[in-house]
Amino acid sequence: MASVKVYVPRDSSALSLGADRTAKAIQAEADKRGIEIQLIRNGSRGLFWLEPFVEVTTSQGRVAFAPVQPNDVPGLFDADFLNNGSHPLNLGLTEEISWLKQQQRLTFARAGITDPVCLDDYIAHDGYKGLKNALKMTAAEIVEAVADSGLRGRGGAAFPTGIKWKTVLDTPGEQKYIVCNADEGDSGTYSDRMIMEDDPFVLIEGMTIAGIAVGANQGYIYLRSEYPHALKTLNEAIAKAEQAGYLGDDICGSGHAFHLEVRRAAGAYICGEETSLLESLEGKRGQVRFKPPLPAIEGLFGKPTVVNNVISLATIPIILDKGAQYYADYGMGRSRGTLPIQLAGNIKQTGLVELAFGATLRELLYDFGGGSATGRPIKAVQVGGPLGAFLPESQFDTPLDYEEFSKIWAVLGHGGIVAFDDTVDMSKMARYAFEFCAIESCGKCTPCRIGSTRGAEVIDRIIANKDNAREHSRQIQLVRDLSDTMINGSLCALGGMTPYPVLSAINHFGEDFGIGSAKKAAA
Amino acid sequence: MVADLTTHEKLDLVSRIDAHIAKHQHRPGALLPILHAIQDDIGWVPEACYLPISKALALSVAEVHGVVTFYHHFHTHPVGKHVLQICRAESCQAMGSEKLEANVKAVLGIDYHETTQDGAVTLLPVYCLGNCACSPNVMLGDEVYGRMTADKVNEIVAEVRAT
Repeated sequence: MASVKVYVPRDSSALSLGADRTAKAIQAEADKRGIEIQLIRNGSRGLFWLEPFVEVTTSQGRVAFAPVQPNDVPGLFDADFLNNGSHPLNLGLTEEISWLKQQQRLTFARAGITDPVCLDDYIAHDGYKGLKNALKMTAAEIVEAVADSGLRGRGGAAFPTGIKWKTVLDTPGEQKYIVCNADEGDSGTYSDRMIMEDDPFVLIEGMTIAGIAVGANQGYIYLRSEYPHALKTLNEAIAKAEQAGYLGDDICGSGHAFHLEVRRAAGAYICGEETSLLESLEGKRGQVRFKPPLPAIEGLFGKPTVVNNVISLATIPIILDKGAQYYADYGMGRSRGTLPIQLAGNIKQTGLVELAFGATLRELLYDFGGGSATGRPIKAVQVGGPLGAFLPESQFDTPLDYEEFSKIWAVLGHGGIVAFDDTVDMSKMARYAFEFCAIESCGKCTPCRIGSTRGAEVIDRIIANKDNAREHSRQIQLVRDLSDTMINGSLCALGGMTPYPVLSAINHFGEDFGIGSAKKAAA
Repeated sequence: MVADLTTHEKLDLVSRIDAHIAKHQHRPGALLPILHAIQDDIGWVPEACYLPISKALALSVAEVHGVVTFYHHFHTHPVGKHVLQICRAESCQAMGSEKLEANVKAVLGIDYHETTQDGAVTLLPVYCLGNCACSPNVMLGDEVYGRMTADKVNEIVAEVRAT
């Protein structure tokens, strides 16, 4: 009998909950009992509340046992888990787990299924089909397919990817670049990290297609320094792609050249902004550039450059494989395709939920998320990272759609959802937003550099003057004026959007700022 | 710190820095790769390397200084044997990181940007480790630890201190 395959994820979230110890315990127990197993370190399926998430192959398919701690391992062997034995941790067939089954996994089609650094595994699961198609198309046809798919920048700005690519294609230049923004600094987001650790070849393939489409022969992945595992996985995958001729001077014998290199960032949040990222890649302080010129025309080292987020680039292969229409058939309004949503913070069932645009926040928080982790009511939700608005319960029925969010003065950003229970003090969160902006400001423009520090002081005065109605309302007016200056006068989104969390907190949770009570005192 | 070194140690440091510069200086945008190589090797970025880097890359010393000090990742002073980072971002706040920070600081007897007296642990704040599904998080060296409590942090710190 062939040995049973046992899967234990190598994703950092799984590792952070002890997956390495679980893997070792399983191997040791198998050795002790003289049972031959094939231990595979796969990516994560993204059910992070159940990590370490162990799977075994059976004749019906892969069966899940989770969460498995080292001390569960002897019991699992006793229960014959290698043959789908009955055990309290046995969750049945992985594909039938409703949390997964209800998702529409396009970008994350392979995450958790394959061994992330096994090229054969990638190819066996539809990998490099997109590139094969792209190699038969003209550059303009590839760009058109991306435009027709409706894909918009998943980093947060939601700019149509096809238009960006067309600008670079149409700009003459001997040297062009593809830059992948992997400086995923927004709290509540981890989908970029998951792609890089759990399915790195899909990003490599997406960047290669981008290079062929716009005529760039060099790509850089600008990776945040907080992701050492992603760095290792990417470098391993890049080396394998080079060996197999999927990267290099002559990709698959097509005559196209594309080289790829990972560059480590150095812990500056602002470098997630595309122009400051380019400055950093050039070896400078990560200070935001004035636009124009657009990076598509004068980007890295002054050359035409595509700067795309990890998820945008990792979505290219499926568009080229299955066609623009296939992708565009998902979604609502002008938000086409799927969004990998990341459930984070105070949520019971956290993890990656990839869905077509249009699902509501409530469905995500309660149907997928199962409510708060602490069991208390969810008071506020921040969508889109530290620059995203805080939403109260009355807005939980908003569908996840770029335009619908912008109607309620909120942003979808990179799809991170952080929930807070009713113990949160929103005046503290507003203060933190200013504080974070002050720490991370690049210092180039005044509204952001100075406004952030003054903003934190004004919030302190609002809190201190809860009993002084006149001074209190003066300070509230002051923070609104300051926010107006930051929104309209900042050079980039850091200063320009810090008012989103601040003002949404004040507008929706006034009681935490003493707004209701101050009024009462005045009356 | 560099001043405390023996002549032999200083020479060794200089030759290591020179080797890192020589290895990376011809890459486009070489400054960050050089700084990473130096910090990976000796744990921080001593001011003594500004001049040789500036010469190799045709920059001013002020420009090198400006880049080193812009990025939170680069340490301009020696750090402890182990660096412990506690995530202060929103997701971890939603799961009680504020309390965790206070407890860890109390147990280690140090504040952020300080090192324990035995030189074992330097404590730093960090803004998101990308493990927001398992908040609150800390990072010790290159490893992230999820769903942390003060007791668990003490356990992992004690573990590395013993090694």
